[in-house]
Amino acid sequence: MNLQVLPKGALVEWIELLSARYRVIGPKRKQEVVQQQPGCDTQQPPREQYIFGELQGAHELELSYPSTILPPKKVFLPQKEELFSFKDNGHQVDLQLEERRTVIFGIHACDLHAVLLLDQAFGQGVVDQHYMARRANTTLVSIECLEPCSENAFCKDMGTWIMPETFDLHLTDLGHEYALEIGSAKGSELLQNLTNIRTATETDYWRFNQVISAKWARFPYRLEADLSELPSLLAISYRSQVWEELGQQCLGCGTCTAVCPTCYCFDVVDEVNFDLTSGKRFRVWDSCQFGQFASVAGGHDFRNSRAARLRHRFYHKFKYQSDSFGLAGCVGCGRCAEACLVNIKPIDVINKLHRKRVAVSGKRQEVMG
Amino acid sequence: MSLPLIETFSTTSAYLPLVARIADVRPLTQLEKLFTIELPGDLSLKHAPGQFVELSVFGVGEAPFSISSSPSRSNGTFELCVRQAGQVTDALHALGPGDAVGVRGPFGRGFPVRRFRGKDLLFLPGGLGLAPLRSLINQVLDERSNYGRVIILYGARHPSELLFQDELALWSAREDIEVQVTVDRSDGNWQGHVGVITTLIPEVQLYAPNTVAFTVGPPVMYRFVLVELLGKGIREGNIWLSLERRMKCGIGKCGHCQINHIYTCLDGPCFPYAQIKRLEEAL
Repeated sequence: MNLQVLPKGALVEWIELLSARYRVIGPKRKQEVVQQQPGCDTQQPPREQYIFGELQGAHELELSYPSTILPPKKVFLPQKEELFSFKDNGHQVDLQLEERRTVIFGIHACDLHAVLLLDQAFGQGVVDQHYMARRANTTLVSIECLEPCSENAFCKDMGTWIMPETFDLHLTDLGHEYALEIGSAKGSELLQNLTNIRTATETDYWRFNQVISAKWARFPYRLEADLSELPSLLAISYRSQVWEELGQQCLGCGTCTAVCPTCYCFDVVDEVNFDLTSGKRFRVWDSCQFGQFASVAGGHDFRNSRAARLRHRFYHKFKYQSDSFGLAGCVGCGRCAEACLVNIKPIDVINKLHRKRVAVSGKRQEVMG
Repeated sequence: MSLPLIETFSTTSAYLPLVARIADVRPLTQLEKLFTIELPGDLSLKHAPGQFVELSVFGVGEAPFSISSSPSRSNGTFELCVRQAGQVTDALHALGPGDAVGVRGPFGRGFPVRRFRGKDLLFLPGGLGLAPLRSLINQVLDERSNYGRVIILYGARHPSELLFQDELALWSAREDIEVQVTVDRSDGNWQGHVGVITTLIPEVQLYAPNTVAFTVGPPVMYRFVLVELLGKGIREGNIWLSLERRMKCGIGKCGHCQINHIYTCLDGPCFPYAQIKRLEEAL
C-alpha cells in the first residue's frame, strides 16, 4: 500500500483542478425550501439531508455526511435515461451513450459494495452498454466510514462496512489531513498537477492504523442471524405469517426500491414527438413493489398481493442474489428503513424471522419475549 | 446459463432494435392477426421453436412475442401471432404491409425437440398457446420421420377463437398426425368435441415411457393439464411448458420476468416441469 497525504485545505484547489476536466459529484447539503405548513409544528428544525449532486466548488462538499437520500446509483442508472432517439419510424436511430467524464467523491463502503453488485448485474451475460459506458467514464473516490451513520444501518452484519478494493481513490480522515490510497490508474490520474500532496511518513502510517483499528468497536452488530445464515433462513420462511403482516402494513409506494443502492429494475417507455414519426425511447426506474410489475398482457398478475411483492424484494436481497452472484443483494445501508413511510425495517424483519425459527431455549424466550 | 446466438443484436446497444418490415398481415380471428416480418438484408432470425422476440412499434413501445413460424420454414422472414390486448398490440394491429417495426432477439431457451427423436410427441396448446407450439409442430412435421407418433390436442374457448384453422384442417387430413380439437363453449354450428382441454387427455392411448408432452396455455390450464399428464405416467422431465411473463428487456436485467431467482427471459420461457415444480410462483 502506497499511502499519500493531503491537507484538508488542499481540497479547494483539488476540486477546482478536477472541475476543469470532469463533472465532479459529491455529497452535499440538500437545498431546502422550507415552507410554512398551516397546523405544522414550525418549532422543529428541518432534518439535515444530503444528496449526491454536482459540486460548484469544495465549499459544497460534505465529506463527513451520514448518508444521502439517494445512493450514487443515480449517476450510473439515472431515474430517466434516454436510450436512443428515432426518426422516420425508426429508420434513423441515434444512440445515446454517456461520454462525460465524471468523478464521484465521498462514496461510503456500503455504496461501493453496491456498485460492485450493479457491475455484476449489468456486466454479466449480455452486457448493458449504457450502464457500462457511464461506469467506464466515472472515477470513484471513496471515504472510510469511521462511525455508524444511522441506527438503521447494518453494514457490519452484511460485511460491507469495510471498503472493497475496487475504489479508484480512497480517503481516510486523519483530522487535519486525508490519507489517500490509490486503487487504480484512473484514480492516480485525479492527482495530476496537485501540488500539496506528499508521500506518507512512518508517523502517518501509525496514525492511519490507529484510526482504522478504532473503527471496529464503534460499529454494532444489529442482526441476530449471521450473514451466511440468511439464505437458508429465508428458504424456510417462505410461508411465514410475517409476510402477510408486513403486506398489511406496506403501502406499495416503492420508496424502498428508489432509495436502494442495489435496486435496478426498470421499465422502457417511448415518447413520441408531434410529427408522430420521431421520438425517444427511455429507460425509467421501476419497482417490484408496484402492482402490475409482474402482470402480463392478458391481465394475469403473477405477484398479486403486497405481501407477495414485499417478500419477493426481501428474497431478492437476501437469498436470490446470493444464489446467483455470490454477493448478498443488500449492503445494509439502511436507506429503505429511513425512507419507509410505515417503518418497515430490514433489521426488524430479519430478526423477527430469525426469532421465529431459532430453537428457543427457555432463557432465550425470556430475553426475546 | 448459456445465451442463444443473437443475430439481430446491435453491437452498440442491446436495447437498439433492428428495423424490419411487415411483409404480410393475415387476420386469424376477431382478436388475433398473423404478422409476417421481413428482416433487412440477408439476416435471418435463426430461432429455436419456443423462443421469443421483442417487437417495437416506434413511438408506442416494445413487447415480447413468441415466434409462431417454424425455423424450417423461415427464409429471412418470421411470423408472430398477435392478440390485440394492449397499447403495443393495438398499434401493431393498425399497421399493414410495408410498415416498419423494430426487432430484437431471438431470446430465451426454446424447446429442445431434437433431443426427443424417436419419441412420441404429444402437443397440448390451449388458446393462444398454439402460437408458439405451431413453430414446434411445423418443425417436427418437416422432419416427420425422426419422431414416433404426433398427437395434437387443441382447446379453445369458442369455435370463433380457433387459430390457424386452415392448418388445423391440413393436419387433421394427414394420416401420420392425430388431431383432436375441443371448445369450452359451442356455437350452433360446431360439430366437434365440447369441453375443456383436459377432457381430451383420458381418451388418448399413450405409451408413457416413450412420450414427451409440450403444453402452452394460460396459467390456470397448466395445473389441470399437469395432473392429467402425470396421471398418465409421463415423466416430469418429459413434460415441457412455456411460462408467460412480462419479459421487458429480454436480457435478464429489468427484473419483470423473475420467478424467484430465475429470469424467464434467459432460463426460459420453455422449461421441463421437473425444473420448475419446486419454484414458488412458477405455476
